[in-house]
Amino acid sequence: MQILDRRLNPSGRSLPNRQRFLRRAKSLVQEAVRDASAKRDIRSADEGGEVSIPLHGIREPSFHHGSGGSRDHVLPGNKEYREGDEIQRPPSGGGGGGSEGSPEGGGEDAFRFVLTREEFLSLFLDDLELPDLAKRRLVEGADPAWHRAGYSVAGTPSNLSLARTMRNSLSRRIALKRPKPEAVAALEAEIAALEGQPGSEEQVAKLKAELAIQLRRSQRIPWIDPIDVRYRRFEPVPRPVARAVMFCLMDVSGSMTEDMKDLAKRFYTLLYIFLQRRYKHVDIVFIRHTHEAAEVDEQTFFHSRETGGTLVSTALEEMRKVVADRYPPTEWNIYAAQASDGDNAAGDSQRTARLLIDEVLPACQYYAYIEVGRDGEHGMPGFPRGPTDLWRTYEQLVSAGAPMAMKKVRNRRDIFPVFRELFAKRGLLEEAKA
Amino acid sequence: MNAPVSTPGLLYEGADWDFSTLMRIHDACEKVAVRDLGLDFYPNRIEIISAEQMLDAYASTGLPLFYRHWSFGKQFAQHEALYRKGLRGLAYEIVINSDPCLSYVMEENTATLQALVIAHAAFGHNHFFKNNRIFREWTDAKGILDYLEFAKGYIADCEDKHGEIAVERVLDSAHALMNYGVHRHHRRTIDLRSEEQRERERRAHDERMYNVLWSTLPERANQAIGADEVERRRAMLQLPQENVLYFLEKSAPRLAPWQREVIRIVRNVAQYFHPQRQTKMMNEGCATYVHHRILNTLHREGQLSDGALLEALHSHTSVIMQPDFDDPRYSGINPYALGFAMMEDIERICREPTEEDREWFPDFAGSGDPMPTLRYGWSEFRDESFILQFLSPHLMRKMKFFHLKDDAAQPVLRVDAMHDERGYRRLRRALAKQYDPAWMDPDIQVVDVDLAGDRRLILEHRVQDGRLLEEQEARQVLRHLASLWSYDVLLREVDPATGASLREHAVSPPR
Repeated sequence: MQILDRRLNPSGRSLPNRQRFLRRAKSLVQEAVRDASAKRDIRSADEGGEVSIPLHGIREPSFHHGSGGSRDHVLPGNKEYREGDEIQRPPSGGGGGGSEGSPEGGGEDAFRFVLTREEFLSLFLDDLELPDLAKRRLVEGADPAWHRAGYSVAGTPSNLSLARTMRNSLSRRIALKRPKPEAVAALEAEIAALEGQPGSEEQVAKLKAELAIQLRRSQRIPWIDPIDVRYRRFEPVPRPVARAVMFCLMDVSGSMTEDMKDLAKRFYTLLYIFLQRRYKHVDIVFIRHTHEAAEVDEQTFFHSRETGGTLVSTALEEMRKVVADRYPPTEWNIYAAQASDGDNAAGDSQRTARLLIDEVLPACQYYAYIEVGRDGEHGMPGFPRGPTDLWRTYEQLVSAGAPMAMKKVRNRRDIFPVFRELFAKRGLLEEAKA
Repeated sequence: MNAPVSTPGLLYEGADWDFSTLMRIHDACEKVAVRDLGLDFYPNRIEIISAEQMLDAYASTGLPLFYRHWSFGKQFAQHEALYRKGLRGLAYEIVINSDPCLSYVMEENTATLQALVIAHAAFGHNHFFKNNRIFREWTDAKGILDYLEFAKGYIADCEDKHGEIAVERVLDSAHALMNYGVHRHHRRTIDLRSEEQRERERRAHDERMYNVLWSTLPERANQAIGADEVERRRAMLQLPQENVLYFLEKSAPRLAPWQREVIRIVRNVAQYFHPQRQTKMMNEGCATYVHHRILNTLHREGQLSDGALLEALHSHTSVIMQPDFDDPRYSGINPYALGFAMMEDIERICREPTEEDREWFPDFAGSGDPMPTLRYGWSEFRDESFILQFLSPHLMRKMKFFHLKDDAAQPVLRVDAMHDERGYRRLRRALAKQYDPAWMDPDIQVVDVDLAGDRRLILEHRVQDGRLLEEQEARQVLRHLASLWSYDVLLREVDPATGASLREHAVSPPR
C-alpha cells in the first residue's frame, strides 16, 4: 500500500485539450462572445464568463436508435398500474422514462461553459482585429516616482546601506592586513604566560615587538573608513498617472436611432478596454445631451430616449464642470469620446468650438469624435450627403491644429478600422509635434 | 495536524486527517476485507489530488494519462461550468482498473469520507476488477498504464509529424465508431505491455502482405462470379466483422501506417472500457456493499465513532437514492441503488430466507454466510446475467418494478408485467435486457466490399424490434467511416427475420 501526494503536480493538465476545443469551436465561440459582449455593460465587457454555444457544432456523433419501433422500459416505483393497463402516451413522445434514444434525438440543447478573461478578450478582439495598441504612445503624467538605482558615495544617513558599507570595510581591512582582535588577544595571552619564566626573555621581547607592530597597525587602519561608506541611490522616474477617466458624450435627441447608439456603445467599449489595459483605475462618466446636458448612469445613457433640440456646447459645458469638480487634470488622465449624428443647432457652432479649444482640449489627453450614421446612408451614387454642421465645425478646428481626432462610422464593421486609425493618427500627430 | 486520538481504539477523531491516518484507515479496512469478507485484491496505491485535478481526471474519462483531443476539453468545460455553479459536486474518488490499483481521493474529503472512499474503491472496486471474469479476460490491468503512456506519446508524436488537424481528423472518425471497436463475441489474449514493440512488427508484416483490395489482375469480363468466389473474398477480409475499427485498421486501403495505429489505440481503449459498461451496476453494487460492511464492522469494533458512522451513512444513503419513475429527478435506474439492493438481498436470502426464496434460489437460500455466494456472483457474471440469476421477487416488489411496452405502432403504452406472481420472470428478463449491450447498441457489422466495382464498403444494421437508426447522426458517423475507408460506404438496415432491406444510407467520402 502506497500513499502519494499528487496535489503538487503541475495543474492545468487539460489545458492543451481546452485549447484544442476552443480552436475547434472557434467560430461558434466567437459568435457567442460577440453576442455576450453586446448584452453586457461597458464596464464588464472584457470579463470572462459563461458563454453558451449551440451543441450541434461540437457534437460527437454515434450510432444509436432513433424513435419508432418497439421498446421496453422497466421502471421502478410503480404505484397504481396493473398488468395490461394502457397508458396514454405523454405528449412529448419520449415517455415517462425513455432510457435510450431520446437524450440525443430530442431538442437542440445549448452547451454552456466558462471562458477566462484572457480567452474572452482574445476571442473578442480577434474577431474585431484589434491593432496592437500597446505600442502606441500615451502621454505620461508628470508626477515622478522614485526608483532604486544602485549606490552612491554621498547621501543622507537614512539612506546608508549598512551591508554594502560593511562589505567595503571588510575587504579593505583584509587587504591592508589589519590584525584581528582575536589575534592581538592571543598574542597578549602568550606574552602573559611566558613572562616571568626563566630563560624566555628573548622570546618575550620578540613577541612584545610584534604586538607593538600589530597594535600600531590596528590604530592606523580604521575599522570603518569614510571611503567604505555607501548610500542607496534613488532616481526620479516619470510615472504615468495611474488613474484615468473616460467621458462618454452622446447626443440622445430623437434623430439618434438605436443602431447608432449601438455603434457608439461599441466604440466606447473598445476605448474602455484599451484604457483598462493601461491604467489601474478607470472611471467612466456618461454625459448625454439634447438641448441641455446631464450626467447620467449607463442604463439611462444608452436606453432612455429624450426629445428636444441639439446643443452640443451644453455637453462640453457639463464635462468642463465635472472635470473641475471631480477630476483635476493633474491627477487624472482624461479621455473623451463624443458620438453624435452630426446635428447641431445653427447658432451653437461658435460656442462649441470655443469651449473645445479653450476649456476641454487642454484638459484632455485625447479627444475623439465619431459621427455615426445609418448603414447605406453614404455612398448613394450621385447624391453625396454633405458634411454635417458639427463635422464642419470640428474639421476647421482640426485643420487649425487642434489635438483631436474625428471619424465617421456607418457600420459595425467600421468600428475597428476606425478605432485603429484614430490611434494611429494620434501617434503620428505626437511624433510630428515632438 | 496530527490529531491526538483520545479515545482508545478509534482510528481518528474529527474531520482532519493526515497520511498516517489514511494508513491506519487502510490497514483497518484491509483487515476486515480479508478476515470478514474474504476479498482478494490488487495492491493499493492511493493518490491525493485537488479538486482541479479531479476535474482534469473527469475530462479524460477518468484515466490518469491520456492522449490529447478536443472532446476532452469540451467535457472539462462542461463539468467545470456545472461545478462552479454548484449544480454538481465532484466524485469523492476515481479508481483505475490497474495493477497496482490506483485510487484518486480528493484532499477536501473529511477523514470519514476518506474511510468510505478507501473501503469503497480500494477494496470494493479493486476486488471486482481483479476477480470478475470479464475484466480478467478482456483487460490487462498490469499493462494499461504503460500502454496509455505509449498512446499519449505516440499521438503527440503524430501531431508533431503530421499536424494537429490531421491527427484530429482520424481521432474524430475513430471516436465516432468507438462503440464498434470492440470484439464482443470472441476473446483475444490481450497483452498491452508489448503493444509498442508489436506496432513495429505489424507494419513490417503488413507491407509484405498481399492485400486483396489491391488486386490488379484483370477481371474475367462478363463472367458471373460464383458464390464460392464471394465466400473466398469474404473470408480473406475476415467478413462479416462486428469490429468496424478493427476492419478499418486492417483493411482500409488508403490509410497511412500512423493512421492505422491511431485507430488501433482508440480501439484498445474502447476494449479496455468495454467491461465497465457491462458491469457498471454490479461493480458499484459490490463496492457499495463492501464499504457498508467494512464501515459497520469498524464501528462495531469501536474503531469508528458514532458520529463518523452517521456521516458515512449520510453519504451512503444519498448515493443509493432511487427516485420513482414519475419523480422529476428520475433519470434511469441508479446503478448504485439497484446494485446495493441486490447485494443486500442476497445477504438476506443467505441469512433469513423465506419460503419463496428457498423456491427461487435453492442453491444458496439459508446458506448462512453470504460472502461465498456474493464472491461467486461478482466473479462469474455481468449485469445482464447477474440480474437474470439473482434478482428476487422480494426485491422486485420492494423496488416496485413494472415493465412498460412502448410500441410506436400502438396509440398507447402498455403495462406488460408487474411485480406479481405472473410477472416476475418476464419482468426480470426485460430488466436484464436493459443491461445487455448487444441489445442496447444497434447491431452493425461490415458485411462486404464491392471489389468488382468501386470498392464500396457495405455494412448491415440488423434491426431489432423495428428500431431504426437515428438518421441524421447515422449519416454523420458514416461520413467519418467513409473518410477512413476513402471510398463510398453503404449502410443497409435489414430485418433479420426476412432479410428485407428497410432503409439504406449511402455516403461518399469527403473530397
